[in-house]
Amino acid sequence: MNSISRSENQALARTVLELDVNNHPGVMSHVVGLFSRRSYNVEGILVMPVGNGDTSRIWLLVNEDERLDQMVKQIEKLEDVLAVHRHGAEHEVFVRLEEFFR
Amino acid sequence: MSQPTPETLTGAQIVVRLLERQGVRTLAGIPGGAILPIYDALSKSVLIHHVLARHEQGGGFLAQGMARATGMPAVCMASSGPGATNLLTAIADAKLDSIPLVAITGQVPRAMIGTDAFQEVDTYGLSIPITKHNFLVSSADDLLSVIPQAFRIAASGRPGPVLVDIPKDVQNQLVEVSNWPDPGCADPVPAPAAELIDRAAAMINAATRPILYLGGGVVHSGASGTAVSLAEKARLPTVMTLMALGAMPVDHPLSLGMLGMHGARCTNLALDECDLLIAVGARFDDRATGKVAGFCPQAKIIHIDIDPSELDKIKTAHIGIAGDVGTVLQSLLPAIAAPVHDDWLARVASLKAEHPLRMPGIDDPRTPYGLIRAVANCLDDAATITTDVGQHQMWVAQAYPLRRPRQWLTSGGLGTMGFGMPAAIGAALAEPERTVVCFTGDGSILMNVQELVTAAEENVNVKIVLMNNSSLGLVFQQQTLFYGERIYASKFKGMPDFIRVAEGFGVPAIDLDQESDPLAALARALSTSGPMLIHASIAMHEQVLPMVPPGAANKEMIGG
Ligand SMILES: Cc1ncc(C[n+]2csc(CCOP(=O)(O)OP(=O)(O)O)c2C)c(N)n1
Ligand SMILES: [Mg+2]
Repeated sequence: MNSISRSENQALARTVLELDVNNHPGVMSHVVGLFSRRSYNVEGILVMPVGNGDTSRIWLLVNEDERLDQMVKQIEKLEDVLAVHRHGAEHEVFVRLEEFFR
Repeated sequence: MSQPTPETLTGAQIVVRLLERQGVRTLAGIPGGAILPIYDALSKSVLIHHVLARHEQGGGFLAQGMARATGMPAVCMASSGPGATNLLTAIADAKLDSIPLVAITGQVPRAMIGTDAFQEVDTYGLSIPITKHNFLVSSADDLLSVIPQAFRIAASGRPGPVLVDIPKDVQNQLVEVSNWPDPGCADPVPAPAAELIDRAAAMINAATRPILYLGGGVVHSGASGTAVSLAEKARLPTVMTLMALGAMPVDHPLSLGMLGMHGARCTNLALDECDLLIAVGARFDDRATGKVAGFCPQAKIIHIDIDPSELDKIKTAHIGIAGDVGTVLQSLLPAIAAPVHDDWLARVASLKAEHPLRMPGIDDPRTPYGLIRAVANCLDDAATITTDVGQHQMWVAQAYPLRRPRQWLTSGGLGTMGFGMPAAIGAALAEPERTVVCFTGDGSILMNVQELVTAAEENVNVKIVLMNNSSLGLVFQQQTLFYGERIYASKFKGMPDFIRVAEGFGVPAIDLDQESDPLAALARALSTSGPMLIHASIAMHEQVLPMVPPGAANKEMIGG
């Protein structure tokens, strides 16, 4: 697959989720557990603390399927998740990272 | 006001004080090394009565019984490792039925976490998927926020279980406390959107064949009375899920009883014809809906639930309203006009007349339905009914005249054998003025039989009606109906002498099989105070009917 068709494919099929969460050791487990128990693959994942480190931001790259709305609602229910935003696959956070995955 | 004098307390003492301040007066558990500091602190509490369970799962269900009977969060405790793993089933059960439970577990000291220390297990990791939220507490100071939060989360919105894992050194850590946090209580729920209420009311007013579908959320919200008012004002035939039984009295003229896998024919047939389904605090569980594509195929759907993730999860709603169901129903009521759908009520009445729930043997106490009805005839609506899981559970759901919310405590979502007896003990401890009857089976009772001694010790007013069909009856029935009568691993060869088992645990027992006048013996047993086991044999071939085959649409019922 050449690079153009690959990015077209991604534009159709992927979503970037941006989660603001409390920064403590259990949060990642809570979030990814929602996906793994539904055997919903997380294609990309990126976390860094924000500001003074009380909160972090989790970026998830996931395939869009009919369960995505339900996934977002489930994420919103997590006690440690403060906000969830949905972006298109064109969001540059993972695009910029691609050079580290060559 | 004078400045409170700071006290220096251990983490364990803080936990106990916070539980007292929270209003906890009874809790259940089993001690062990990693939770001994908390038990030591608990021993000095004059406010809290600790009930010593004989298996942590029993302790968890005992707490669930308290929570289900009262609606308030209840507490269970266990030590690390096997204590915590034994508790998991009761926690998972609370998750699936949205029961507010706070589980407190001991953990190995922080420095030993991750070393495979004695009785170390990743309780936090194990409990993530079966709790609403969980905590691994990293300092005694944190307990001051974590414990109230645990109660707040358990009780807020859609209730559920919360686990708090506390390392032993955190329990022993000294902290100075000068200000105590307020007890945790349920967060206020945002008001539902007025525009959605108006549209829903208009849809109800315009419907020609509406049905009201009540779920466990109606009970949790304390909205049973409001739901009945809505049904009466809008003249809505009403079905209930297993979890909602009691929300509307079964003998209410608008009640169609339980829907789904073991609902009456008339109930599932009426649903098949409805043009509007008003789902309230219900989650379209597969035991209720059968094959989803065949569930209410002609109906528009109004779905009201406190949990936004339930809306559109199984069935897409035409109007989805997130909010406390009691509040939503209250705001709907004034917008309901006097409906004209006499044809529909007549149609429902004729379905009821043609396809009622058939309860063969209802007058003979030696049959399943007859025994259940005989028990009911000895009691009034103040009695609380718990069940285990199996045929006996479904017969009771069908035949017991449930008329009061929180009268009926059963394991719906997880369907856990072993639930009934410890839950009954918990219900009796929470509401000692009531008679609590646990209907159980010869399979289920053995899954937490050890709690008989807890019942004896606490002298709770629990009557255990053991419907003994010498089999794992529901399995036997499924093998009979769907596996070519290849009966395997569902007929018991050995059978304990349940009378002697009960007596051995200190619980008096009677055997209805041996009584020449079983009705009189039953009446005597149910009016005696204290725990009692009532044994009754029933025929192995008895089936729960009608039955929707697993995976089939609800109108494809067998039997009944
Ligand atoms: C813990 C657990 N294990 C297995 C099952 C599967 N199961 C459902 S009903 C049933 C039989 C229950 O037997 P009994 O308690 O005697 O009730 P009966 O159906 O005979 O009335 C079994 C094994 C279950 N629900 N829970
Ligand atoms: Mg049985």
